[in-house]
Amino acid sequence: MPDPARPTPEALLPAARREGRGHLKVFLGAAPGVGKTYAMLQAARSRAAEGTKVLVGVVETHGRAETEAMLRGLDVLPRRPVYHNGRILQEMDTEALIARRPDLALIDELAHSNLSGGQHDKRWQDVEDVLAAGIDVYTTLNVQHVETLNDTVARITGVRVRETVPDSVLEAADEIALIDLSPDELIARLRAGKVYVQDQAARAVANFFAKGNLTALRELAMRTAADRVDAQLQEHMAVHAIEGPWPTQERILVVLPEGSIGRDAVRIAKRSADRARVEWLAVALTSLRAEARAEDSTSPALRLAERLGAEVTVLQADGAAEAELLDFARRHNVRRIVVPRPPIRGFLARRLMPRPQEQVVAGLLRGATRFELTLVTDEDSPGRRTPRAASPSLPDAGRNFALVAGAVAATTLLAVLADRFIPVFSLSLLYMTMVVAVAARLGRWPSVAAAVLSFLVYNVLFTEPRFSLRIWSQGQFLTLLLFLAASILTGNLAARLRDRAILQRAISDRTRKLYDFSRRAAAAASVDDVVWAAVSHVAAVLECDTILLLPDDAGQLAVVGAFPPEDRMEPRETSAARYAYDKGEPAGRGSATLPASRWLFLPLSAAERRIGVLGLTYADGREPAPGDRHLVEALADQVALALERVRLADDLAQSRVLSETERLRVALLSSVSHDLRTPLVSILGAAEGLDQAGLAPDGRAQLVDTIREEGERLDRYIQNLLDMTRLGHGALKPRTTTVDLRELAGAARHRLRGALRDQPVEVAIPADMAPAEVDPVLIEQVLVNILDNARKYAGPRSPIRMSARTERGRAVLVIEDDGPGLPPGAETQVFDMFWRADQGDGGQSGTGLGLAICKGIVEAHGGRIRAEAVHPDGHGTRITLDLPLWNPEVSA
Amino acid sequence: MTARILIVEDEAPIRRFLRIALEAEGHLVSEAATAHEGLALAAKEAPAAMILDLGLPDADGISVLRGVREWTQMPVLVLSVRSDEAGKIAALDAGAQDYVTKPFSTGELLARLRGLLRDRAVEGGSAFLTLGPLEIDAADHRASLSGEDLRLTRKEFDLLWLLASHAGRLVTQDMILRAIWGPAHAGDSQYLRVYIRQLRAKLGDDAADPRWIFTEPGVGYRLAAG
Repeated sequence: MPDPARPTPEALLPAARREGRGHLKVFLGAAPGVGKTYAMLQAARSRAAEGTKVLVGVVETHGRAETEAMLRGLDVLPRRPVYHNGRILQEMDTEALIARRPDLALIDELAHSNLSGGQHDKRWQDVEDVLAAGIDVYTTLNVQHVETLNDTVARITGVRVRETVPDSVLEAADEIALIDLSPDELIARLRAGKVYVQDQAARAVANFFAKGNLTALRELAMRTAADRVDAQLQEHMAVHAIEGPWPTQERILVVLPEGSIGRDAVRIAKRSADRARVEWLAVALTSLRAEARAEDSTSPALRLAERLGAEVTVLQADGAAEAELLDFARRHNVRRIVVPRPPIRGFLARRLMPRPQEQVVAGLLRGATRFELTLVTDEDSPGRRTPRAASPSLPDAGRNFALVAGAVAATTLLAVLADRFIPVFSLSLLYMTMVVAVAARLGRWPSVAAAVLSFLVYNVLFTEPRFSLRIWSQGQFLTLLLFLAASILTGNLAARLRDRAILQRAISDRTRKLYDFSRRAAAAASVDDVVWAAVSHVAAVLECDTILLLPDDAGQLAVVGAFPPEDRMEPRETSAARYAYDKGEPAGRGSATLPASRWLFLPLSAAERRIGVLGLTYADGREPAPGDRHLVEALADQVALALERVRLADDLAQSRVLSETERLRVALLSSVSHDLRTPLVSILGAAEGLDQAGLAPDGRAQLVDTIREEGERLDRYIQNLLDMTRLGHGALKPRTTTVDLRELAGAARHRLRGALRDQPVEVAIPADMAPAEVDPVLIEQVLVNILDNARKYAGPRSPIRMSARTERGRAVLVIEDDGPGLPPGAETQVFDMFWRADQGDGGQSGTGLGLAICKGIVEAHGGRIRAEAVHPDGHGTRITLDLPLWNPEVSA
Repeated sequence: MTARILIVEDEAPIRRFLRIALEAEGHLVSEAATAHEGLALAAKEAPAAMILDLGLPDADGISVLRGVREWTQMPVLVLSVRSDEAGKIAALDAGAQDYVTKPFSTGELLARLRGLLRDRAVEGGSAFLTLGPLEIDAADHRASLSGEDLRLTRKEFDLLWLLASHAGRLVTQDMILRAIWGPAHAGDSQYLRVYIRQLRAKLGDDAADPRWIFTEPGVGYRLAAG
């Protein structure tokens, strides 16, 4: 600890987590009937008397008069009716409770399981929601419902309750009140009919309420409460940076070797960790071989550990597992290792057929010099056949034996034939070759069988005296022994090679599956593509049904893809999916949360962002094997990344479109407000001017001119806006016909004759030039816009030149002016909507639409338009149009 | 020349300035704001010409035109908006003599109207037309410009005569093709384009800066009224 006077961040975390949350007070009892609900109501009444807004979410009175009396005068929330198996039952209405926003909510029976239809399966999840909403909660709990104590209670009383509450909920409670009643008093209350007994316990009621049981339960409840007090003290000391005797962050590790059960080991590790107030870890060891065969004994224990708050890891280890394990332990600052003890077997059995569990324990004993090692007897171990990787099924064994016998027979036949040509002892080499072949094909045990069988056959047939097991010479005996040893040894080596090959195949298979997906995902261009690739790939690889959910715009998870295709999900499954999405943890089948669900849901997240949920289920309802879990988790990561990649690309494109649209919108608004209004100001001003008395005839003419010119300008502007709209909607389809460009130039000039009256326009279009194939109305508009622009920017009396020529089967039309020219680099920008050249004072402003319309029209003709400077110093603007020529052969 | 002119237009301000301009020319003016009213007035007052807006609140202007054409050939000048080439052509096909595009200059509208009323005056079947320096004699197929014989081919002359007899008014491509080449050539704008070019050359007219033949892109041609 670098600065002992300052609380560590870890210590502040629990307090911070509670910031803004409601306070949770648990009324803990040893058994039903001790008066928890009564005590809770009593406490609530006194809070209500202090002015606290108390709301009863749910309280079960079980018809007890004294409890009902306590309830009187308290605000009770109406229950929500729920249809369940044809009956209407009442459940707590969590949403309404939160909506009412009381200061304090009373929620009885924390361990209650909700019927279908609610957001959560368990009431403690509802309570979490209420707390998260900043509402204080009083609740009640019997000690037998505490997850880690469940087994203990079951062992004491012989009654196991199915409804459990995770220890973490109890640990998160801000206050625990122990409601204590001596066993004698409780039994007296029971006899007086004052105790309601839950259905599950009804049959075993006599046993359950035996005095011995009650005493044990009472002790358990007291210890739990005491632990809690202790923990609060610890936390208080940590938060206030009081130096205390708590241990450094050395942790406890429970190891679950392949083939072990390990649930007891997990529980013991949890208890030790709690007592020592340290974090704890669980590591399951699994080999690729086990994974490849979907064998998995440790996953229930691993899940239990996860549920009990351990940090859970799966290590893949083939061979030297202990080295990796010890390295892991060192890196995680582990002080103590808990491991299930394998069943004890004979020395030879251990030597010859080592089980992974034994190897791990032996390895730990050898290597774990700096660790405290706790061996816990593995439950059910004696007599239980550890599922071993290599153990073949019975028909397999029969088939293998038949094959071995056949191989030996064939070899013997060969040996009999060869007996004449080669020395007798060399025949043993034939057998040895066969043993190696068997080992390579069938594995270790068949090869041993083949060696032993060969040994016997060889002894009987080829050593003197023949046809007897007896051996004459000592040399022969030794040779035979050597043969047997050599056969077994080489057979073993070959078998190990075979195992390696199988492992390699499994590894490469797995890598290939991952690689295949990343390749498919990389090729996917849209979210839909990725979704389809994901569901189909996961379904194919794991041979399961898959489903993928993504949040919609409202944040609700919706099915976007499934294999086999499916577009909806049962509501019950939805809550598991929702949980996985909200908490970023796996939920549903085979996980700690909502394990009753048919589906396992894995959250998809990339770069700290939740993306969606991937669900899978097997037709036979089994849980995914841990190997498959790793594979699917790796796949889920890839799916998330692929989705994120596609989405980012979409976002980028969208934001580009948006900013472009936004820019246009702003430009249009400013254009409309300016260009539409300016001419109106002139017109209104001139009209009022005309009204004045004593106006000179000259002034009158000028005002009339102003009105006309500004009106024309307004008209051109509106025409431009209309044209732009038509272009924007793609409604513009040129109706082409043969057109003389010179004629068109004349028409355009005629239309602009007012504006161009002071403008020298020079037209150099050959009268006999081949006609163009264009829409005359639209191209006339193009010419009008370009001429008008030239006039505006070059100024009155500045010449405008129009010329045309044919070039490579196209008509090229050029319009030049001698104005100030384009700003450098604006050669393409001039054709953007609302772009306009900056003008000094007095310059006439354009609408910034004219050339954009020209570009749209010319391109609709399959032509091109470009702008450039006329003179080398940048003066003058030249607009060049490239248009289709009339083609007589096509038109004819 | 005083005539009664009927204005069928739903916009009151437009009717007002048209009335002022027409009355300044010495015409009598009737006004109608709807198609229904327009048809009623056209029947009742038998005006010399009608100015018709194509966009009316109760019916399409074209239907008024068709209604009127059932009993009279009086000149009809259509008011249309730009970029509605199809509407203009439809109106011309339905029997309108000419159109002006909104917004129009009052001067131009009055000039067109004068053309229409003059046509009416010459409709007696005169064989001789004079448009300023241009003189056309239909009897012996001769045309001269400033006294010089134009030496026109038969088709060129027919084209010039057609345009001249509608001087100042728009003649659609379709009308010209039907009248000169026959209904079979209605879509053949190629012929027309070539003949117009030749006629221009003989008239000494520049397509880029016309004096005589004005092009209405996509619609037709108009010969200057002198």
